[in-house]
Amino acid sequence: MDLAVEMREITKVFKKVAANDKVNFNLKKGSIHGLLGENGAGKTTLMNCLYGLYQPESGKIFINGKNVRIDSPQKAMSLGVGMVHQHFMLVRPMTVVENIMLGLSSKRGPFLDTDRVERELLALSKRFNLNLEPKAKIWQLSVGEQQRVEILSALYRGAEILILDEPTAVLTPNEAQELFGILRMMRNDGKSVILISHKLEEILAIVDEVTVLRDGRLVGQAQVTAETTKRDLTSMMVGRDVLFNFKHETLKTGATKLMVNHLGARNDKGLPALKEVSFSISAGEILGFAGVDGNGQKELCEVLTGLRPTTSGEICLNGKELNRSSPKTFINEGIAHIPEDRHKTGLAMNMGIARNLILKNFSQSGFSSRGLLNFRAIKKNAERLMEEYAIKANGVHTKVKDLSGGNQQKVILARELSSKPEIIIANQPTRGLDIGATEYVRQKLLEESAKGAGVLLISADLEEILQLSDRIAVLYDGQIMGILGRNASVEEIGLLMAGVRTEEVEVC
Amino acid sequence: MQTDILTVGLVSLLAGAIRMSIPILLPALGEIFTQRSGILNLGLEGIMLMGALAGFGGTFFTQNLWFGLLAAVITGITFSLIMGFLSITVKANQVIAGTALTILGTGLSTFLFREMFGIQKLPPQIESFAPLQIPFLSDIPFLGPVLFNHNIMVYLTLLLVVCSAFVLEKTPFGLQVRAVGENPRAADSKGINVTLVRYLCVMIGGAFAGLGGAFLSIGFMNTFLDGMVAGRGFIAVAVVIFARWNPYRALGAALLFGGASALQMRLQAIGVPIPHQFLLALPYVLTILVLLSVSKKAEFPAAYTLPYSRSER
Ligand SMILES: Nc1ncnc2c1ncn2[C@@H]1O[C@H](COP(=O)(O)OP(=O)(O)OP(=O)(O)O)[C@@H](O)[C@H]1O
Ligand SMILES: [Mg+2]
Repeated sequence: MDLAVEMREITKVFKKVAANDKVNFNLKKGSIHGLLGENGAGKTTLMNCLYGLYQPESGKIFINGKNVRIDSPQKAMSLGVGMVHQHFMLVRPMTVVENIMLGLSSKRGPFLDTDRVERELLALSKRFNLNLEPKAKIWQLSVGEQQRVEILSALYRGAEILILDEPTAVLTPNEAQELFGILRMMRNDGKSVILISHKLEEILAIVDEVTVLRDGRLVGQAQVTAETTKRDLTSMMVGRDVLFNFKHETLKTGATKLMVNHLGARNDKGLPALKEVSFSISAGEILGFAGVDGNGQKELCEVLTGLRPTTSGEICLNGKELNRSSPKTFINEGIAHIPEDRHKTGLAMNMGIARNLILKNFSQSGFSSRGLLNFRAIKKNAERLMEEYAIKANGVHTKVKDLSGGNQQKVILARELSSKPEIIIANQPTRGLDIGATEYVRQKLLEESAKGAGVLLISADLEEILQLSDRIAVLYDGQIMGILGRNASVEEIGLLMAGVRTEEVEVC
Repeated sequence: MQTDILTVGLVSLLAGAIRMSIPILLPALGEIFTQRSGILNLGLEGIMLMGALAGFGGTFFTQNLWFGLLAAVITGITFSLIMGFLSITVKANQVIAGTALTILGTGLSTFLFREMFGIQKLPPQIESFAPLQIPFLSDIPFLGPVLFNHNIMVYLTLLLVVCSAFVLEKTPFGLQVRAVGENPRAADSKGINVTLVRYLCVMIGGAFAGLGGAFLSIGFMNTFLDGMVAGRGFIAVAVVIFARWNPYRALGAALLFGGASALQMRLQAIGVPIPHQFLLALPYVLTILVLLSVSKKAEFPAAYTLPYSRSER
């Protein structure tokens, strides 16, 4: 079989650290190829080299057997390489068709050729089942649709080789299935796909071959057959076995910690986002919130951390009312928050790790006295947490924006969980994490709940919810459709997620 | 009789508003391109002064107004390249770079003027653009003298409003400009040369600002005076934000400011019993009020004042 891409001995160095160290990578024509590795292993970096965003310090790239120098995305595209990034590269105030026309020359000379491109997009969108409306503005689209815009854009530019960087991290299970349908269709069309993912079930389900990186080096390349198991892949990635099934102790919950009654709130556009939400969390309990993204999850988290005002109802922590309190009060009362968007609300991207770790408690516990920071304590704290949470970085002062996605998430976890919280509000805590880190986070949440903290866990990953939760609430359109016991079936939850209220739902 | 005087006054006020809006509108149009690409050029004031000097000097030495305009455009572009270099290549803070450019332009224009013409009792003068009465149209009562009795630069500027709007909305270049200002990384990954687009936008801004300055020295007056731009560069920046980066709205906003200037002059001339300093301050007070009212609501380009580098993330 011919090789679509061959990368030889690629080395890419950032600030003296090799993100890729003599990596070889081969992609067969007409295949789907999985690229695996822990957070910070260098997957994104390697693909950015192929897409012309980074220049490797050394190494050669062959496309269809020809040695090429890819010094810009433009060049990559002219060679038939397209990429859908971890963070979408779309201009939000523009329409789908405008985004796709970006950087293309127009057939109508100095004028835009919107109508023709629109027609061609509709045809292409139909052919690959992408289901997109060219005139829609990007900000109006769901995350899954935005991703399809990126795919459509690559296809429109004649991509024969498509790179997808963690495409399913932001998708619901249904959207992920749709995506795989599209990818299979592309493979049948003779196109080649590179898929980066931390979700091994997906890899096993769709991929023909895998390449595994660890610490910037190539660990190996292997065929994926019906016999390949998750265990095979993980031992290649991590070098050890990883637990997949946690033993969740049967609940022996204590007193009620958090009480939420008839809560209401508006979203950013001023429309009702939460309606009459009531629930409680006891000490030692994990309450899972299932639901399709955008049904009030974000607003619920923000209300419960003091970041968004309520329009009605009350929030009580340990019997103390917290309505209309400042975020600081919520922090001081022991509410920890793992936000969904780590870039915007979780971290100060231009600050170092050490400082990010004390963002919430810089004024306490020896980090400062008389208005001056105690640098030694701050550094010690950072060193301890980086070790404990296995944060991979050059040093305690590395800027957070230079960390890989997974390591950024670990910084947040380290900060939030180390404050001995009463209640942990965790919104998508394992999104984008590798399996080792995911295992770690889940275990941490279980540990904290065993120590008596109450956990509110929001996740798009139903499996995660089912694995960790004592009870499962389902949010739909800002309302709780029902709260199920931990033995609830996926079908039951799925129905509630779609907004279908069944009579016999047991509400506990 | 009474109504006649009023009509004549009103015609003169409205025609004046249009004339006075031009040296604000021109730099604002260019700045729309610059800001849409994500760069705040606060050096407009300095560029306009240099343009005013170049326009006057060019006309004076060639005795041709069009060569004066050409000199102003070239000077404006050259001067704006300093801003481009500082903000795009060196990635310096744009507020500081722009302020420095204004200071430089103010000092340099005065210095060069004295170098070229020495210090004289009567300033050197040129024959400025004469009003162009458009046949038939200028005979329409009331509207004729208000709209169709201006010099060629006024008409050209109004044409440029339409052209700018068209380029921004209907051409690939306009699309690239907007993308670069909203999400340079996305633009880069789609194969757009972010650096080049930003440089071009800064240069367009420089050319327009140069023209705006030249309008003052060879379209409105017939000589160069120290500091004759008098804050119009900054008002233009306010107009751009007020107009939310739309050329047509910029036309409206510039007319508002032009109207304030024209009104202020006429009030002084009639001799209303208000100290003339207060009247002079009218356009600037208006600027502050306008910025107070809109800047909260305006949706700035997402990459406003942010330098872009591919390897940073
Ligand atoms: N622009 C950059 N500047 C500095 N360091 C960088 C940069 N890009 C990547 N790195 C470093 O290179 C290493 C590899 O990062 P990369 O993003 O390729 O990892 P990854 O395998 O994609 O991880 P993840 O699964 O978390 O996305 C990390 O240690 C990261 O900190
Ligand atoms: Mg990555």
